[in-house]
Amino acid sequence: MDRIVVSGIRKTFQLKPGQYVTVDGEETDRVTVLDGVDLNIRKGEFITLVGPSGSGKSVLLDIIGGLTQASKGIVQLDGTTITRPDPKTGYVFQQYALFPWRTALSNIEYALEVRGVPKRERSDRARYFLALFGLSGFEDRYPNQLSGGMQQRVAIARALASNPEVLLMDEPFAALDAQTREILQSELLKIWEKINTTVIFVTHSIDEAIYLADRIVVMTARPGTVKEIIDIDLPRPRDGDIRSSTEFNAHRARVWEALRDEVNKAQKDWALSPAYAN
Amino acid sequence: MAYISEKPGIGIRLPSIAASSAARPARKHKTARGDGTFSYGLPLLILFFLLWEIAPRLGWLNPIFFPPLSDVCRSWIGLAESGVLAKHIGISLQRAAIGFGLATIVAVPLGFLMGRYSLFEKISDLLVQTLRNTSQFALLPVFILLLGIGEASKIAITFYSSVFFLLVNTISGVKAVDPLLLKAARSMGTSDLDLFRKVILPASIPSIVAGARLAVKSSIFAVIGAEMLAAKSGLGYLIQQSQLMMETGDMYAGILTMTLIGLIVNYLLVWFERWATSWKGQSDTSPH
Repeated sequence: MDRIVVSGIRKTFQLKPGQYVTVDGEETDRVTVLDGVDLNIRKGEFITLVGPSGSGKSVLLDIIGGLTQASKGIVQLDGTTITRPDPKTGYVFQQYALFPWRTALSNIEYALEVRGVPKRERSDRARYFLALFGLSGFEDRYPNQLSGGMQQRVAIARALASNPEVLLMDEPFAALDAQTREILQSELLKIWEKINTTVIFVTHSIDEAIYLADRIVVMTARPGTVKEIIDIDLPRPRDGDIRSSTEFNAHRARVWEALRDEVNKAQKDWALSPAYAN
Repeated sequence: MAYISEKPGIGIRLPSIAASSAARPARKHKTARGDGTFSYGLPLLILFFLLWEIAPRLGWLNPIFFPPLSDVCRSWIGLAESGVLAKHIGISLQRAAIGFGLATIVAVPLGFLMGRYSLFEKISDLLVQTLRNTSQFALLPVFILLLGIGEASKIAITFYSSVFFLLVNTISGVKAVDPLLLKAARSMGTSDLDLFRKVILPASIPSIVAGARLAVKSSIFAVIGAEMLAAKSGLGYLIQQSQLMMETGDMYAGILTMTLIGLIVNYLLVWFERWATSWKGQSDTSPH
């Protein structure tokens, strides 16, 4: 059964008055970042989204999350068209986005607070999710007293605390060092296998995309569309060693094959990027 | 493929209205304290007080205009024992507190609106700038004409002296809220009201408190000034009246009291600022 149906999504950004960019040799104040994205995502599926910079991956994620309106097309979650953030959706950002004035525990509680969960239950559930990420004992730490990896664990715990049916992750591990990134990848997989929520995960890393995904969605250079969807049939549960397997290498070659032309195209387009960065 | 890890940090973008370094002098005071500056500075302060004692006694200064420090202390004790000093202090502080309180009630909600809704700011900014750059003392005659010579005009001037510090800092605090935090809050389905209460307000507290520090100081200075110009009570009146009566001992006692109040209030506010923003505290390194 399809949990998320993306059909004909197009997104054009209007630049600020007086700002112009050159697109395909023409001056314009409008930039199209997504041009007709169609995508069906099954219940409980782990999707990774890769594509060159500027291919609109994050914008697509924002549209699915109800944070940005599409210029055309619709996204449906369990048959309902998304127009604003859905309580069934959790969102994890690259820069953690924890509230610095709240402790780790209270940051997680926030997600439950705004959804009207009773106080007692909030605390219990927040503690459970902290423990799930091995952060028991850090309840009262403020974000700036935690390492980047710990902050991102809190942020993922916050997104999961409300038992979302969809988890959107925008390059969540990109700001972390390589070791921490790998640790968090396997932690995420373990927890995901337990709760089986639907995940859409944007990344720049091909290895990360393969390691996590059931299917990889490769986006084209701007204006972004779906170029190819690659099934990753590696057995689960996966551990880190899988990265050096022959199958993994085959996938790596295949994804890079799909991506290479698009990355080259994007390089020529880079002068545009400040206009619609993020 | 490079990762873009640009973080929209808190406080990078300053709004036009807050171009003055409203929050910065406060910060400097904070770091200057508690790192040995006090013990370094003490000898010079003691020398100053010694000179004050000796110069009139040796005839370098006219003791009628500059009584020795010990005489000033004697006057101070006299004023304190008679209860006169406490009465004047109480009246001055009360005026400053009411003016400051009213300013907070007006400035913080207004600052929220101006910081959050650009149309609101566009409309009101010019008026605010105009008012802000008008001296409160220049307006005292106006306040007296409108409100009479009683309490109301004194409260009006303290209000006027503190409201803009609060307003400007609230606006810059609201504008500097990390857009990522707003996005995160929205992604969790935060309502507009909760966005103000649970995100924008706590995020702008450090800036508001920094403004409050300047505002409290300014309101105390203003009330003293107003009392010197037109009042029948208060520390400013005490200082001014003592000068007219040539009771210079009392006059300096009043001035020193002012200084002392200023110091105490400043320290209390520094303490409050630290308490209110304790989450900003020192980060200690933690294992992954």
